[in-house]
Amino acid sequence: MDNKRGKKGFGKIKGFSIQFIPFSEIRNLDSNERIKRILNIILGNNILILQGKLKPDEEARLIGDTMAMIGHLKNFKGIELAVISGNGDSQSLYNKFKHGLASALTGGNINAITIIGPATIVKEMKRNPKKIELLLST
Amino acid sequence: MVIKVFTNFFKRIFSNMFQNKNNIKLGFYGPPNAGKTSLANRICKDFTGEDMGSVSNVPHETRHVQFKEKVEIKYKGKTMTFKMIDTPGIATKIDYEDFLKFKLNKKDAKKRAKEATQGVVESIKWLDDMDVVVVVIDSTENPYNQVNITIIGNLVARKIPVLIVANKIDKKKADVKKIEAAFPEYDVVGISAKNGTNLEEFYESIFKLSKKV
Repeated sequence: MDNKRGKKGFGKIKGFSIQFIPFSEIRNLDSNERIKRILNIILGNNILILQGKLKPDEEARLIGDTMAMIGHLKNFKGIELAVISGNGDSQSLYNKFKHGLASALTGGNINAITIIGPATIVKEMKRNPKKIELLLST
Repeated sequence: MVIKVFTNFFKRIFSNMFQNKNNIKLGFYGPPNAGKTSLANRICKDFTGEDMGSVSNVPHETRHVQFKEKVEIKYKGKTMTFKMIDTPGIATKIDYEDFLKFKLNKKDAKKRAKEATQGVVESIKWLDDMDVVVVVIDSTENPYNQVNITIIGNLVARKIPVLIVANKIDKKKADVKKIEAAFPEYDVVGISAKNGTNLEEFYESIFKLSKKV
């Protein structure tokens, strides 16, 4: 994590970066470590693009943890979060099974993409089944 | 000895079949301003004559989990008793400045934001304690909101029966079909909590789901 940027908080945003994390980077982490890793990236004014998706309880915990930070971290207003899954309806039963098996083995759906960004940078994430649109704060 | 075992076995089977389901914990979840409290109020008013909580156009009006014990819902000659649990709206971001648009002063807006964040944390904690959950979605809004997906994902992971309510069907922009398309694996009931429209179908679905508890 870029500690210096993290400590500066969310005063005046002069820029941001986009970080991509392949699922292999978080595969062996437990839920605590995954959340910590994600928070470190977001609190450094970065938008995170994560290959795969978190477990439902990890998503809920991420929301809860970030809510608890609002008011304690200068100008932090929460996060924007969206997940788009590669498992479309048109998929064959065999492929669904294959992907289901892959998900079970890896601990997350690697065909999905999760985008998480601080609300100070990402104004809105418009999502539909096929795309995610990011509206950034100007 | 054998007769006693058989007697106990049948006693257990029959008592499970005919017992009156009591105090099923019925939770109301969803994003802010979807109409959770309006629906909870409508049910409480119908069966107890009292409201459950206050409603407002300003988001995050419900900032603490609210309860109503022993609400007896009667539908088609059957009765079920529920403990109704109305939860604060779950959001991923809360900015006190958004409340200023509703003519709140800065101090009150900050207080509301602080309480709202605590409310979200409280709602999430309560997910583990529900028997049946009604996820209330505003049918005029985009259903592919991550909050809806996260709530439903968490309920499924905990094996809690879910009913999706598409509220505000009285509004022109309402689109129940879009919600059905977004969540094809779940029962979706379109209602207007404000006008009391289609509540019969809602009660029928709740009774059906509660039998699974």
